[in-house]
Amino acid sequence: MFAGPAAVLFCAVVIIPLIYGFYLTFTSWDGISNNKPFVGGSNYAEAFKDLPFWQSMGRTLIYSAIAVVLVNVVAFLLAYMVTRGIKGQNFFRAGFFIPNLIGGIVLGYVWKFVFNSAFTAIGKSLGIGFLKNSWLGTPTGAMTCMIFVAVWQYAGYMMLIYVAGFMSVSKSLIEAAQIDGCTQSQATWKVIVPLMRSSFVQCLFLTITRCFMVYDVNLTLTEGGPYNSSVMAAMHVYRTAFTERAFGRGQAEALILFIVCAIVGITQVYVGRKGEVAA
Amino acid sequence: MYEIENAKAARNRKIAHAIMWIILLIFFVAFIFPFVVALINAFKANTDINRFPLALVGPRKGFILSNFPTAMVKMDFWRVFFNSLIITVCSTVLTLLFSGMCAFVVTRNNWKACRILFALMIASMVIPFQVLMIPLVSIYGGTLNVLNHRLTLILMHTGFSVSMATFMYSGAIKTNIPLELEEAALIDGCTRWQTYWKVVYPLLGPTTATVAIIDAMAFWNDYLLPSLVLTNKPLYTIPIATQIFYGSMGGSDMGCVLAALILAMLPILILYLVMQKYIVEGVTSGAVKG
Repeated sequence: MFAGPAAVLFCAVVIIPLIYGFYLTFTSWDGISNNKPFVGGSNYAEAFKDLPFWQSMGRTLIYSAIAVVLVNVVAFLLAYMVTRGIKGQNFFRAGFFIPNLIGGIVLGYVWKFVFNSAFTAIGKSLGIGFLKNSWLGTPTGAMTCMIFVAVWQYAGYMMLIYVAGFMSVSKSLIEAAQIDGCTQSQATWKVIVPLMRSSFVQCLFLTITRCFMVYDVNLTLTEGGPYNSSVMAAMHVYRTAFTERAFGRGQAEALILFIVCAIVGITQVYVGRKGEVAA
Repeated sequence: MYEIENAKAARNRKIAHAIMWIILLIFFVAFIFPFVVALINAFKANTDINRFPLALVGPRKGFILSNFPTAMVKMDFWRVFFNSLIITVCSTVLTLLFSGMCAFVVTRNNWKACRILFALMIASMVIPFQVLMIPLVSIYGGTLNVLNHRLTLILMHTGFSVSMATFMYSGAIKTNIPLELEEAALIDGCTRWQTYWKVVYPLLGPTTATVAIIDAMAFWNDYLLPSLVLTNKPLYTIPIATQIFYGSMGGSDMGCVLAALILAMLPILILYLVMQKYIVEGVTSGAVKG
């Protein structure tokens, strides 16, 4: 009885829709009419033939691959620097986290203004060629902007996890390494980093899943443009279902996206955990 | 000899720290740059924004405040603010109440139903919202027709967040609450209900704070689910209102748009200034456990 309310709500919004959604993929429902004609596997066949969907998937993969690497490199470097006992390091930590407080919708619009107005103004006044025209105007530029914002948005959050990782490595281990003749950088790379493996696994998992499912920033920063060149998979699913009103195919594509994301994420966790060292 | 070495090492350390400090400062400037640009331009007239987006104060029309009242009226700021507030507070409170109780039952009883429920909840945490949104709209919009009510959104938010919250509460109950304590309460005549509220729940304070912070931030900033559930203008939350407002203004009145963006960011930034320590701690411990 205690668990009742939580269990009911959880089933109502997660379990039932999940099962019902699986059923929907076998129908050709338009979102309005009451009858949902059963069409067998044709939605999946259509989804596999849907070229824009696979283009958006490819785009999402490239975007995720680059963004995940950059986010984690930046986050790790920041975490390293703010755990050295530098003056004002708590201030820096707090500052780097700010982008995570604000929703993707607002962030996207703020950056849109920055890319369109501020960067072009800098380019014009300093005569820097590649800044003179808004990056959002070209396909590669728009993708670059998406990656740029992803790094800016998530680096602070991942930094906090890496900071927690740095803190969890006990001081005595580092001292022991230094007594054994390790230099600072050897102690970092050979003692601390291997012991932080679980932080890496976790950050990678979080960034991978978030990048795969990016929607808010995509919607407000590029709106999928120019010429649909930056439509990510999540946005394509949304459009298929709610704009084209092909709910069955949209749901089939959502499931495919989820499966790809889950495979990548779980493989990463599995590979990462395998070599974990215990202190 | 050693003293020279030490002095040298200390000097190297100082130089390294200075270099790192400068790098951090550069990153810091890059991190707050967009906010600063948005802020200074929100106080300018449109002609100044177009011609001089980097000027601190508009050279032609100067420092103006009129963008803010205009934006507040046009996006109906107080109404959307209170909509967001009601939805965030109610959803967070319900999540805390329900998932704490659920975790208590699931952790302390070894019934099969409990184990299945808990396993399902953990497994469901990897399911992205996009997989559920289409059936969700189809069930609650088409069949039951309960969209466009705040309560629907509150209950949906709660339903989506209970699994993570139950998981975190369950971890806390397992590690922090000794079974003997509950047994003692039981012997002293407490019912299970009383044991939970008077003995167990007060001890879960830190977890409650973490869950509250993570979920409240997620609810406040959520866009996709609210935009699917609430399509009536009087019910809009801040993210939806921002998106609609931008769409209606386009690039025509940038000053007003930027003022609206600043207004949308302000509540949570103020909260961060006040509760910075708790938020950073809460988010970190939530991420590390979850």
